[in-house]
Amino acid sequence: MEIRPIEFRPILASLRKHRIPAMLIVLEIALACAVLCNAVFMISQRVNDIHLPSAIDEQGLVSATLRGTDDKLVGSDIPRNLAALRGIVGVQQAAITSSLPLSHNNWGWSFGTSPDSALANRKNINVSLYFIGEGGDKTLGLHMLQGRFFNADELADSKFDTAPLPETHVVVMTRSAAENFWPGQAALGKTIYSKPYYYTVVGVVDDVLRPNVYTQNTRKSYDAVYFPMSAAGSKGALSYYILRGAPQDRDRIMREAEQKLADLNPGAVAKGQTYADIREKYFADMSSMAWMLVLVCVVMLAVTAFGIVGLTSFWVGQRRRQIGIRRAVGATRGHIMQYFQTENLLLTTAGVVVGMGLAFGINIYLMQHYEMSRMPWYYLPGGALALWLLGQASVFGPAQKAASVPPVVATRSV
Amino acid sequence: MFAYYLELALRSLKRNRVLTALMVMALALGIGATITTLTVLRLLSGDPLPQKSAQLFYPQIDPNAKEGYIEGQTKPDQLMAYPDAMNLLQAHRGTHQAAMALTQAKVMPKQVNARPFFSDAVMTTADFFAMFDAPFQYGGGWTAADDDGRAQLVVIAGFLNDKLFAGANSVGRVIRINDHDLRIVGVLKPWAPQPRFYAQDLGGRSYGDGDAVFLPLQTARAMEMGPQDTECYAAVPDIRHLETAPCEWLGVWVELDSGAAVADYKTFLDGYVKQQVALGRFQRTETSLLDLMGWLRQEQVVPDDVRLQAGLAFGFLLICVVNTVGLLLAKCLRRSAEIGVRRALGATRREIFTQFMVEAGIVGLAGGVLGLLFAELGLLGIRHQPAEYASLAHLDTWMFMFTFVVALVASLVAGILPAWRACVLAPAPQLKAA
Repeated sequence: MEIRPIEFRPILASLRKHRIPAMLIVLEIALACAVLCNAVFMISQRVNDIHLPSAIDEQGLVSATLRGTDDKLVGSDIPRNLAALRGIVGVQQAAITSSLPLSHNNWGWSFGTSPDSALANRKNINVSLYFIGEGGDKTLGLHMLQGRFFNADELADSKFDTAPLPETHVVVMTRSAAENFWPGQAALGKTIYSKPYYYTVVGVVDDVLRPNVYTQNTRKSYDAVYFPMSAAGSKGALSYYILRGAPQDRDRIMREAEQKLADLNPGAVAKGQTYADIREKYFADMSSMAWMLVLVCVVMLAVTAFGIVGLTSFWVGQRRRQIGIRRAVGATRGHIMQYFQTENLLLTTAGVVVGMGLAFGINIYLMQHYEMSRMPWYYLPGGALALWLLGQASVFGPAQKAASVPPVVATRSV
Repeated sequence: MFAYYLELALRSLKRNRVLTALMVMALALGIGATITTLTVLRLLSGDPLPQKSAQLFYPQIDPNAKEGYIEGQTKPDQLMAYPDAMNLLQAHRGTHQAAMALTQAKVMPKQVNARPFFSDAVMTTADFFAMFDAPFQYGGGWTAADDDGRAQLVVIAGFLNDKLFAGANSVGRVIRINDHDLRIVGVLKPWAPQPRFYAQDLGGRSYGDGDAVFLPLQTARAMEMGPQDTECYAAVPDIRHLETAPCEWLGVWVELDSGAAVADYKTFLDGYVKQQVALGRFQRTETSLLDLMGWLRQEQVVPDDVRLQAGLAFGFLLICVVNTVGLLLAKCLRRSAEIGVRRALGATRREIFTQFMVEAGIVGLAGGVLGLLFAELGLLGIRHQPAEYASLAHLDTWMFMFTFVVALVASLVAGILPAWRACVLAPAPQLKAA
């Protein structure tokens, strides 16, 4: 088979005659490319956020909050409640804590690394505080990387007085928090300060998310510090009962835990939730935004494709006579197909070049006005490739119709 | 003449059913998406108190340490500490003024075996209701004397009254909140400003249902009810006594009825801060006195995602319009011969132009009707979203009208180019070619 270079000249000549429709296709593809690149980038960011890892056993975890309790009685109520919860069939571990990752219930404080760090120091790092009782590490499924969890004495002695920070001197922090406090150094044995309080790091755990996360700054999202807390000294700070069982039991455990807490504490309000629900709720807005972006992308691509089909079909109709003549003077069906496909390729390429510039511009604008990071470069060629494929797919039908024009058309008047 | 154009247009549209359907569909999708997102955007960026918002102001001051302060750049804090809030209130410089914080109230129903439940509550001061035009179904608010005397009373929302007292006049009856008995003095009519401007930065949501329980600040504090959000700016020796702790947890609103009153208040606020600096309590002199809408703008209360969606929808509409221009143009170019005949028979350019614009207009109106359907579908989808504003998403008459204006404008803009191309065609070559 003879391989001929694709002839661009006749195509360009013909496009010059149909300048306006050609420009419209280019414009439509450019707009579609710009919107597509940015929308897909936004989708990918949201998908990343929704799946932010958190080193706890989310699948088997159940939470039951108990609010509106009497602070004076918690010292005896909490152990009684925990004992009752441990009696639920399928519960492997139960403990109490002050909050959970992604629960929106944030207790923040800022600490520094030098003994004179006061609360208002600008160099301080803001962290989320989790207060946790005995067995909390095992119930959550925390991964201890260095050091140890709190021992029985530390748990029993920690209590709140009048200050917003507990009277203890030990903390366990996440790997990210340790890295942010002491970059490149071992955190174990070091101390964080917020005058007049100070706490020594006895353990480092794998990254656990904060109750609220910073979607554009995931580094900050893991700055969490665990404090030991005794039931008697908790003054109402401990309201999240956490239970762990097999994932298939979690819904039943959740219902039974809520019922049990409500029965034991008639004056308080109990609410059960599986951890999977907590995560899903936290990111619900984000996931619906992602789905809506997907929908817009699909519909937009469909509209663009139909636009190309429509315009090309008309071109084919308009040029039946010319096609017939070309066929009569020796062009094969393949040549005709190739002609329309090349024409589409040229138009799409022009559109994609403009579109990539536009996409980049929109991204810069969004970065200035919204919480948006820079789009990685590969989104641009990715969007271009998608529109090339879309263009070729939508031109295929009309091109085939064009190729089927019989040469005899040349001898007839239209 | 118009009837004739209409007939011609309809005939032409019928000739290419698939293409016409494509055009109408594309336009309708663009319009549907735009109207859906605009409705949500309008809903969220609306004025929560149209009759009053211009008179409501939010004073802000800055008790933070000097460290980190950049003259002219550092904004004052969103919340206020108790002593400052009380000083501003007691100065009585506005027509009305109130301090407020959000909290959770544990309500214990009277019925046997009923379980307690938590409700959104506001702890505030006497002027709250008059200042925000909160309408009463039964009874009324409380007085400044009740504030000072820590009176055991409460105002409840209509929906809580429905739940607890089946909607009957419950003024004078007792409700058990956080294990204390409080006497009901007022029941509000449904009242839920959107956005809930007074809850900004106090730790509450911005949209959705209104609050259920309103009680005097001092009364609530005596019951050990705590604010949803507390920001501390110095070491805190005693968090139990928030009133004396270096912590901010109150929002203050002032009603000022004239430009002069606003200027006076700003002078007063600046003077107050300078006085506090002289006393050594404050180090920073920055103050702010934004009106309600200005405050909502500064707080960026409309979620970024909603604004992004609206932008995206406009981009999408633009693509749809370009698409329609292309298809209309292709259609009209194919009809060169017909135009040639009409021109040869005496139709003027203006008449050809009008004919094509009528055709575009029909596509637009059809797109508008279908677009309205898509918008209703879109809003139905939004109402099933988890967002807190979801249930409020309804098409109003204004948006209904706007849909058709958008549709018509979009289609006519799309029609101009093809119509112009059609009317400038020279008739003779077209006739010859035919």
